[in-house]
Amino acid sequence: MKNILKLVSLIGLLLTVVPSILYFYGSLSFDMHKWLMALGAVVWFSSAPFWMNQATD
Amino acid sequence: MKENTVVNKLNSIEEFERTPVPERKLKGLKSFIGMYAGEHTAGTEFVIGPLFVAHGVTAIDLFAGLIMGNLLAVLSWGFICAPIATHTRETLYFKLEKICGRNLVGIYNLVNGMMFCFLAGSMIAVSATAVGIPFNIAMPELGDWLPTSLGWIVTVFAVGAVITVVAMLGYEQVSRFANIASPWMILVFVAAGFAALPDLGVRSLGDFWQVAQEKIWTGVPMEGQSKFTFWHVMFFAWFANMAMHIGMADMSILRYARKWQYGFSSATGMFLGHFVAWIASGILCAAAGAIAPGPIAYNAAGIAGAICVIIAGWTTANPTIYRAGLAIQGMMPSVRRWKVTLAVGVVTTLAACFPALVMRLLDFVALYGLILMPMGAVIFIDFYVLPRMGLKDNFATKEGLRFYWAPAFTWFTTLALCLLLNMSAGVDIFFLGLPGWFLAALLYIGASRFLQQRKQTILEKAQ
Repeated sequence: MKNILKLVSLIGLLLTVVPSILYFYGSLSFDMHKWLMALGAVVWFSSAPFWMNQATD
Repeated sequence: MKENTVVNKLNSIEEFERTPVPERKLKGLKSFIGMYAGEHTAGTEFVIGPLFVAHGVTAIDLFAGLIMGNLLAVLSWGFICAPIATHTRETLYFKLEKICGRNLVGIYNLVNGMMFCFLAGSMIAVSATAVGIPFNIAMPELGDWLPTSLGWIVTVFAVGAVITVVAMLGYEQVSRFANIASPWMILVFVAAGFAALPDLGVRSLGDFWQVAQEKIWTGVPMEGQSKFTFWHVMFFAWFANMAMHIGMADMSILRYARKWQYGFSSATGMFLGHFVAWIASGILCAAAGAIAPGPIAYNAAGIAGAICVIIAGWTTANPTIYRAGLAIQGMMPSVRRWKVTLAVGVVTTLAACFPALVMRLLDFVALYGLILMPMGAVIFIDFYVLPRMGLKDNFATKEGLRFYWAPAFTWFTTLALCLLLNMSAGVDIFFLGLPGWFLAALLYIGASRFLQQRKQTILEKAQ
């Protein structure tokens, strides 16, 4: 389960950064880049708290 | 009943304000990597990057100055602050109390707490520039110093309330929040920078350096701004967190580190936050032709950019309010930390209503580091040098003093001489930290030697 959550989080990070690179190279529209970044934020914050930095003591 | 449960939970949070952190509470490297990356990828990075553009830094001066200055900052954390923090495992405030006596450290704590409040206030204000976007709230401009609208004040209070509650819950929550947010935030800075480049005419990475020199860091300051050189950038990057490293404020954080080498984890904050983020926000500023953090991030990255500004403000304001709570609590050790943090949060939020905190951020950051730095030199000398000279360390505790004049003389004289250099010789405040630290070190050695030997002489005569 934890590995699945980590994979989902990774997808969130990729959705955050890859669209801007695609936009830079002209492969994606500016609006699509912004919406995919927003989706990346939702995916990251919905998954990362469930596996990151757990039980540090 | 529920209220009692919350209060009991808050009362049960143990932060070791007056005892060394026990072995079982030490934290691993990951905690510090996340903490530093989050804390230094802050809302203020959206202000500082554009200010370098405004001050007419050239591209080569910016890149070289940032690399050198950030490296020196990391070395200052690793070799000056962390070894003492992990050896004593005490807060800065408790350590100072042992050296200076309760009354002097009370003055220091008050000044320190106020500085942290204002710094956290600027973070809250930066976050508020993004929170206000969807509500179409009139945001303050660069020239505004006073609250500009009721909407602005309401927005600031909403942001301040959330940040204060998180800080009240203690270091664990602060660290956890920063760790979760930081990888995403850094990528938002990178993505926003990439997305803004086509607007400046960059079509491939090969175009970047030429555009950087001609359209971003042109070497020509904006009207009314002074010209910054390599030295300005280097010293600003080194001393932007002077209070934290050579000023020893991060003893309060690094005392949780299992090893002193974890001080070098500050590299994540310096080279992601104070390098990548400052460069990215400079690009955003040049592309948008504006400076306000919320709108420039929103323009390049949409909702995610605005959320990034909000969270970047939070992750810096949270530990800063936490530190301010510790500082003020040093004056009132019997009051629970969460109650002090609540009071600090209210004061901070009130301060955040005044946009002047953001508009004069560079000056404020430099001043706050300079004011607190001499006490860092006092701790360093007290820890490493005095015992080797046959003088007593932690003199106030050992002699039962409530006010020890050696550190007081060091602090006040260093600041007076720095002020003199600034006002009479026109030395920029960014350049005063380095000579100021050595001056404080020499003054403290001289004053300690004089006062301790005089006391010894008096005792010998009495016998």
